[in-house]
Amino acid sequence: MSGINHHELRADFMQNESIFVLLADDDEDDRLFFSDAFEELKMKTVVKTVNDGEELMKYLSSSENRLPHVLFLDINMPRKNGLECLKEIRSNQELRDLSIAMYSTSSSEKDIEETFIQGANIYINKPSDFGELKRVLTEVLSINWQYHTSGLNRDNFLLRI
Amino acid sequence: MRIYLKIDQAIALKKLATDLMKKAGIKHELVGNNELSVLRKLSTDEYNKLSMAFSEYGIEFVENQKSTLVQKIKDAITEMVYSDDGPPASKVSVHLAEKLGHSYGYLANVFSEVTFSSIENFVILQKIERAKEFLMIDQMTLTEISFKLHYSSVAHLSGQFKKTTGLTPSAFQKIIRMRKNNIERQF
Repeated sequence: MSGINHHELRADFMQNESIFVLLADDDEDDRLFFSDAFEELKMKTVVKTVNDGEELMKYLSSSENRLPHVLFLDINMPRKNGLECLKEIRSNQELRDLSIAMYSTSSSEKDIEETFIQGANIYINKPSDFGELKRVLTEVLSINWQYHTSGLNRDNFLLRI
Repeated sequence: MRIYLKIDQAIALKKLATDLMKKAGIKHELVGNNELSVLRKLSTDEYNKLSMAFSEYGIEFVENQKSTLVQKIKDAITEMVYSDDGPPASKVSVHLAEKLGHSYGYLANVFSEVTFSSIENFVILQKIERAKEFLMIDQMTLTEISFKLHYSSVAHLSGQFKKTTGLTPSAFQKIIRMRKNNIERQF
């Protein structure tokens, strides 16, 4: 298991690949806020955004589309919300290993616990400050990258930030 | 009779690479004279087989030296944390420098350049991973775990656990248990 990951790592670096981030958020300002923050990070990222849960599931279920290293998923979205997407992703054989970072402005312990139980890896209390968002994203991406490249057990990957 | 050979290396390499990749059924593009860009990720097995097929013709895969060194550092740390005796008594920096034959300063620089994280952070991450397994699989108590992983106190271990995961060890335990029950109910 870990052997595969090591070679993924080598392949990644050989191709000088950047971290591929998928962001699902219905709010245009928030999408910009995140995208701008990703752009200013030290690590190289490629960010693709979708505008709601339905568009997200459509993107993920098409085999032509590349799966992200990490999915940032807004919990509160109209039509299909983040939790519904999370449940669908986790019950799909092809997608169940995806790293998922959920975010919301809610810091209710019950909401956070429920999100983790449904299979989120990361719970982010969305910061309103740009510098703080950059700090949070840096930490999320670097820990997530270790899970991708160091053969760590992803069943135990929980991060609340 | 004797035949004298003259070889155009670029053409030979190109033809050989194309044939070998075709044989392996792996889509690729040739970049310049000596680079293959593979269009998807390869499994360890595929990578090794391919590397062997090429080496029969005297062609070696060159791996990025820095990322190979980072991998060695990670492997050494994982081995340390997962050994039965727990991490060694000597300092991690001393252990790594001796084992890998580079100064610790050099190792630390390469590591952060490639991973955007530090060796210290990786050691903590691995120790906390180990602690998670002790908690979930071996049902050990925090006291036992802190002893096993050479923490100076239970408080130090739980502090580091909270700092690394954002959760207390007991909240972590509760979530993983409930998640398992949840999955069992679904299938």
